[in-house]
Amino acid sequence: MGHATPLAWLPPVEDWRGRLGTLRSSQPPNIDDAIALANTRIDFIRTNALDQVVRAQWPTMPAGLGTASVRLAILGSATMAHLLPAIRVAGLRRSIWIDSYEGEYGQYLQELADPESGLHAFKPSAILFAFDAHHLCAGLTVGASAADADAALTEIRRRVEECWRIARATFGCVILQQAVLPVHPAMIGGNEHRLPGSRAAFVPRLNAMLRDLADAEGAEIVGLDARAALDGLAAWHDPALWHRSKQDVTPAAAPFYGELVARLLAAKQGRSFKALVLDLDNTIWGGVIGDDGLEGIVLGQGSASGEGFLAVQDYAREQGRRGVILAVCSKNDEANALEAFEKHPEMLLKRGDIACFMANWDDKATNIRRIAQQLNIGLDSLVFLDDNPFERNLVRQELPMVAVPEVPDDPALVAGMLADAGYFEALGITDEDRERGVQYQGNLAREALKETATDIESYLRGLDMRLTWRPFDRIGLARTVQLINKTNQFNLTTRRYTEVDVQAVMDDPNAVGLQLRLLDRFGDNGIIAIVIGRKLRDTVDFLVDTWLMSCRVLGRQVEESTLNILAAEAQRLGAERMLGDYIPTKKNGMVRKHYEKLGFATIEETPDGGSRAALDLRRFVPFSTFTTIERV
Amino acid sequence: MSDDQILADLTEIFRETFLRDDLELKPELTAADVEGWDSFKHIEIIMAVEERFSIKMSTRELDNLRSVGDLLGLIRAKSPSAG
Repeated sequence: MGHATPLAWLPPVEDWRGRLGTLRSSQPPNIDDAIALANTRIDFIRTNALDQVVRAQWPTMPAGLGTASVRLAILGSATMAHLLPAIRVAGLRRSIWIDSYEGEYGQYLQELADPESGLHAFKPSAILFAFDAHHLCAGLTVGASAADADAALTEIRRRVEECWRIARATFGCVILQQAVLPVHPAMIGGNEHRLPGSRAAFVPRLNAMLRDLADAEGAEIVGLDARAALDGLAAWHDPALWHRSKQDVTPAAAPFYGELVARLLAAKQGRSFKALVLDLDNTIWGGVIGDDGLEGIVLGQGSASGEGFLAVQDYAREQGRRGVILAVCSKNDEANALEAFEKHPEMLLKRGDIACFMANWDDKATNIRRIAQQLNIGLDSLVFLDDNPFERNLVRQELPMVAVPEVPDDPALVAGMLADAGYFEALGITDEDRERGVQYQGNLAREALKETATDIESYLRGLDMRLTWRPFDRIGLARTVQLINKTNQFNLTTRRYTEVDVQAVMDDPNAVGLQLRLLDRFGDNGIIAIVIGRKLRDTVDFLVDTWLMSCRVLGRQVEESTLNILAAEAQRLGAERMLGDYIPTKKNGMVRKHYEKLGFATIEETPDGGSRAALDLRRFVPFSTFTTIERV
Repeated sequence: MSDDQILADLTEIFRETFLRDDLELKPELTAADVEGWDSFKHIEIIMAVEERFSIKMSTRELDNLRSVGDLLGLIRAKSPSAG
């Protein structure tokens, strides 16, 4: 059998056994724990296990989901029981409780017509019709004429229409129709369509007919044929299993099948996601605008990844044009971020495409709250796209209702991942949808927003951060020089040094050159900060010559931890006072108050906005942080 | 791969499938001995085994499976690392 397509946009689960065990044994259990587990990348076995635990803990719908429940009946021609748990779990993923009923296999007409049937007793609010290709092609043989095939198609159309009509008249329910999986092998090949009696040629005609009928009658299509084209038929159908158990859809594909169904049910409730929130650096262009500058970021024709980032922008822009609201959430100086939108010739996204533009240095959970407020939509309507796993996990923890997809390393794959995730499932597109982006743009007032408290501390505590450091050495020399010459934003003095300069620091017994690396439970962030300082001759002063840091690790107390290390080093050299300079540039406004924030007192100011600050090392008490510091 | 290793991996799969951490596998165990081991669970187990051991079992081979021991033997015979 082929490999099932995993729910690749969901994060992998940590401690599955433990968490499922907790859910299973808790009294009373917490439905949020179940929803969180449903929002991890689980295969069909774990999906079934989760469903089993959930149904044991909550025989009926739990309170507090805040959504309408669905009573879903499946009427099919093949075995469907193995798909029900995955449909229920996919509902739970969206906080929608689904009770399900499987009609007697192959008996869908009787179920519909007989008032004594199990279906009537169940009283569905939605019915999913699932007919397999063997069933619908029964009677068609390769010798059939075009007229015979047309007649067969018309007859099937009449039957399907009749099913929908009865369902709607009897139950007033939502109708979902599964497209037909093209399971039949070809008879001739590329020109299969010229053989009207070929079942392989007939199935695409069936699917076109079903879509046409669905448009006319207001049914929704579960697009299995499109998935099979994307994933390969083998990901969806196993002929051996068909013969063994009459399963048209392989159990391995059940989690994705559940997704396809639950998305439509959610869309019917108006619960699809409404806005796409974009990070900027390394998400919609390559590189860091604040450091690399307009000329330095990777975007557009000429490099494969530059074109890949264009594809991300194109997908976002197209979604914007059909009604998805676009927002930006980026750790950047706003001016730098805007400059890219306004001046970079390759940018497909323009400032006018973005309904809400948040570029600042606050944490992203706070900014996403602001975006939801400004757009006046629920946090559970937002999808947040960010290449940085730290930011993704922070937002997942702080704002579990926000959808945060995993992001492939290759930008060329990002649009496909977003599409697979199905966040923006829609039933149809209205003129209002097409206008929406413009409306949001027009209505937005740039009012100041109340700060909202987030529990960042507990997140940081859970990260198991380790800051390791060592003096400059030959191994790290190239990286040290690169950072010194590339970092523009978090850079107090922006002094550029060559390898020879750095070696001079290594050789100077009164100088301190630190390279710092940050590790956490998500991995190694690499060398993220460089500090150079020197004890001044014949004084007790230690002057910080260079202090720079990668903006990726902002908000993680690296500054405090670094000062703890640096103060100890300065004291080792006999210093009693530490001096730090800020030299302003166009790019480094974010560190203007750096030393003040760390408890230094400003002792000098220059007309251009620069300053010198001092810290009394004799009274310095190291900061307490959630980071373990190690010299390596 | 040793029989013990295969059995340990199989035990993991069975425990996860049946949500029973206390389940102990023995070669002579059959579907009749495990509550809930019906035809659906059987397919789940087979698919999980194929995934875990990177093997593919044919319809005919599956038809001849009667016990955990049969399954173990089939895995041993088909496993690429069997040597």
